[in-house]
Amino acid sequence: MTLNPRNLVLFGGMALLLVLEGAVTKNAIFSGSWDFSLRILNMGLISAVLALGVNMQWGYAGLFNSGVVGFVAIGGLAPVLVAMPPNPGAFTAGGTGLILAFAMAAATVWAAIAVNRRARLQVRVIAIPLILIGGFFLYRAIFDPASVAIEAVNPSGAGNLGGLGLPIVLAWPLGAVFAAGAAWVVGKTALGLRSDYLAIATLGIGEIIVSVLRNEDWLARGVKNINGLPRPWPVPREIELQTSASFVERAAALGLDPVTASTLTVKLLYSGLFLIVLLLLIWLTQMALTSPWGRMMRAIRDNETAAAAMGKNVTRRHLQIFVLGSAVCGLAGAMMITLDGQMTPGSYNPLRYTFLIWVMVIVGGSGNNWGSVLGGMLIYFLWIKAETWGLELMRFVTSGLADGSGLKVHLLASAEQMRLLTMGLILLLVLRFSPRGLIPEK
Amino acid sequence: MDFLNAIVAMLNFVIIPASAYGAQLALGALGVTLIYGILRFSNFAHGDTMAFGTAMTILGTWGLQSLGVSISPLPTALLALPFGIAATAALVLGTDRAVYRFYRKKKSDPIILVMASVGVMFIMNGVTRFVIGVGEIQFDDGVRFVINAREFRAATGLAEGLALRSTQVITLVTAVLVVWALFWFLGRTRTGKSMRAFSDNEDLALLSGINPERVVAVTWILAAALATIAGTLFGLDKSFKAFNYFQLLLPIFAAAIVGGLGNPLGAIAGGFVIAFSEVAVTYDFRKVLGYLIPGDWTPSGPIQLLSTEYKFAVSFAILIIVLLFRPTGIFKGKSV
Amino acid sequence: MSFLLAENMTGGYGAADILHGCTLRVEKGQIAVIVGPNGAGKSTAMKAVFGMLKLRGGHVTLEGEDITQLSPQARVAKGMAFVPQTSNVFPSMSVEENLEMGAFLRRDNVAATMEQVYTLFPILRDKRRQAAGELSGGQRQQVAVGRALMTEPKLLMLDEPTAGVSPIVMDELFDRIIEVARSGISILMVEQNARQALGIADMGYVLVQGSNRYTDTGAALLADPDVRRTFLGG
Repeated sequence: MTLNPRNLVLFGGMALLLVLEGAVTKNAIFSGSWDFSLRILNMGLISAVLALGVNMQWGYAGLFNSGVVGFVAIGGLAPVLVAMPPNPGAFTAGGTGLILAFAMAAATVWAAIAVNRRARLQVRVIAIPLILIGGFFLYRAIFDPASVAIEAVNPSGAGNLGGLGLPIVLAWPLGAVFAAGAAWVVGKTALGLRSDYLAIATLGIGEIIVSVLRNEDWLARGVKNINGLPRPWPVPREIELQTSASFVERAAALGLDPVTASTLTVKLLYSGLFLIVLLLLIWLTQMALTSPWGRMMRAIRDNETAAAAMGKNVTRRHLQIFVLGSAVCGLAGAMMITLDGQMTPGSYNPLRYTFLIWVMVIVGGSGNNWGSVLGGMLIYFLWIKAETWGLELMRFVTSGLADGSGLKVHLLASAEQMRLLTMGLILLLVLRFSPRGLIPEK
Repeated sequence: MDFLNAIVAMLNFVIIPASAYGAQLALGALGVTLIYGILRFSNFAHGDTMAFGTAMTILGTWGLQSLGVSISPLPTALLALPFGIAATAALVLGTDRAVYRFYRKKKSDPIILVMASVGVMFIMNGVTRFVIGVGEIQFDDGVRFVINAREFRAATGLAEGLALRSTQVITLVTAVLVVWALFWFLGRTRTGKSMRAFSDNEDLALLSGINPERVVAVTWILAAALATIAGTLFGLDKSFKAFNYFQLLLPIFAAAIVGGLGNPLGAIAGGFVIAFSEVAVTYDFRKVLGYLIPGDWTPSGPIQLLSTEYKFAVSFAILIIVLLFRPTGIFKGKSV
Repeated sequence: MSFLLAENMTGGYGAADILHGCTLRVEKGQIAVIVGPNGAGKSTAMKAVFGMLKLRGGHVTLEGEDITQLSPQARVAKGMAFVPQTSNVFPSMSVEENLEMGAFLRRDNVAATMEQVYTLFPILRDKRRQAAGELSGGQRQQVAVGRALMTEPKLLMLDEPTAGVSPIVMDELFDRIIEVARSGISILMVEQNARQALGIADMGYVLVQGSNRYTDTGAALLADPDVRRTFLGG
């Protein structure tokens, strides 16, 4: 696909929305804050990356991933492990124990698989549960003291393994690798069965990854959160800019106060970084889509039976695309944690990070990479704005009611819930009346 | 004596709570499996249908309470159930008309229907939260205990107390009645049989003159009733919170798949398999073992396979094992 | 006036027609058989008669009434019954329930009809509590025919009723079909086993590429040297 006039208008309209958000004086619809506008832009870019990942799975191959939140979360773990300063003493306290424990777990699974392959049925039925349960207890016996020991090291400041202290950008590909690993495990089991089974299995892995992040304090401090992740090059901290004389001078020349100028600069630098990643991904995905591999993928999606009859291993191809798509979700997760500068496992909500992404892909146009990008930006914009718009609308609706009346209080308080409803409505309307989305595949 | 104490502890902390939870999951999974058998898609909105039905029942409960109606010692919510069911049935029938029927007529791929059910899930989620809020709501106004732990200790002289909450008894009794009624309906009535026929072989059902729209409507009404009852029982037993019902989706799907999607008997078995595994795996057996083995051998740390935060991992693990080894479920369900 | 007249049927599933002016006729209480090589459109012709295929040309009348525009369900109500070649029972339901489902549209007492079916297929009476999916191929065909008879049809349409059953069971099934016809029910069937089928047919239709090649009584077709050489293997 090329950017034809219609699509240019659509992207232009999206840009106009962001400009209006920043440029106009504050009113009921736009905030008039460039800072807010750039914040939407940055998360919009990340949403676009996420939507690209989901689109690879749904748009290219028709796979329904309902655990996007998990892949985002596991990708977000990478910046913590790569870029945070090490927690001195933590590794000596429990590092070897952890490694032993994971080796134990791997050995258990390997032994169970080996028995399953080799032994007779009667042996299997007894031996496999024994191996698994015994292995699990051994694992716990090694793992528990190690994790307790780690969590006891500097508990108020860290209490986890800490990171490697490396540049945070290195964590982005690693986040993708983490997500790919998790996706491989799920895909290997659930692909090749009914299409709904993948949806249900991914729903499970999503919940589990998030609960691991919430509860394993030795890993990323769980719900105690991780703050103060380092910034990627070349993004400085706001305070550094504000104390730099040359920056203050340049800001003054533009008529901006140093604080505003510094936040805008930081956000713009992030936008630049994310834009580079996004463009790179679009280039790669477009190349892939038009390559023989992409043609085969679409052939499989459109008629699995025919593709299988031509000797294509449908399940293998599905696994491939599922892992790749999840990797992109992991990348987006790592980027998001980098932007936030903190890891808060409590904030991974499936409605927000799985199903909202689906709305983005469907609205943008499933199967079309540019569509996903537009959908990601637009739906994120609407999602954020719906919060204020809903409240404004509710204020307007309830303006006739007496202040302090029970109904008015209730309606104003539940305005926030209108967001979910609106997104559901948008999804259903697009699915029904314009199933090919804003930018159709062909 | 110690042996008795161990049994009482097991009953108290594993068997009774798991049975009640299992019954709730089974009712939820029955709804999912019915929809799957007739409409042939996994309904992601089922958790939120349960939430909506419960919210409606709570509204009915509040209404009855304000009128001074009470069926003490039973919770008023039981009296409000028909209202909740009617409201939920109206909602799902409306949804079918507005959303699913279009795709059914077009004979869309099941995954498109799953996608549509995600949209419905969003809307139901929003409606429920809009109507009743996001907070936690306790609406059980019945007597709390059938057997009280303190009285049990006093009566039996055992060290271990046995508590049997009335909501647990209500859950089990209601579940048995509902399942009996459902199986009677499916096995004995003309409409019930036509539903099974439709689920078995849709084309032949059409050739026999069975009206598909009627079958679908009855299915939705049954699913709404099952969802409302399951949700209300769950809410009475624990408490009502909209998000918890979304999270029930995974164990419910796991139960339905473990039993064999589309097979009602399997859904019930699956519900109990999931519930018992979940409770047993996350229960700390130190107390039980303490009664059974000599004092100085008693382990100091918890004897618990997984902490309670990971209860969803249990459903997931069972789901994965079933998908790996027997994708049609324990009782043969519909095709994989 | 024929009981069933499907005249000049033209149509197919997609853009290309499969049937080209095919004509079928069944008289009251008689057996009509459609034979022909693979891909001749035999099953398609059957589906067209039953309204499962949209016709571009031609029309279908039953007892003189034009039913070309009716849906299959409406044709069931008019007294037509169809037994598909495969998936023709409700596998998880008992034999008796299968028969009950056949009588779904009837509001009167169906016990007498069920008794007739059990008399016709005694084995089904013994197996009436068993799930139809657990029966052998021949027994399942009997359930399928039984289910269709439960609607008290005036015309019974069978799509390859003997596909996949042993020769002994096949003879048995043909005997039963003759019995059904004697009770006054007209029969239209498609058969692979052309020789045996024409042996019991009052009327035979040899279809080739969607149109009638030979049309005559069953005995005459069996005697026709051209038909014998080309379609019956000498």
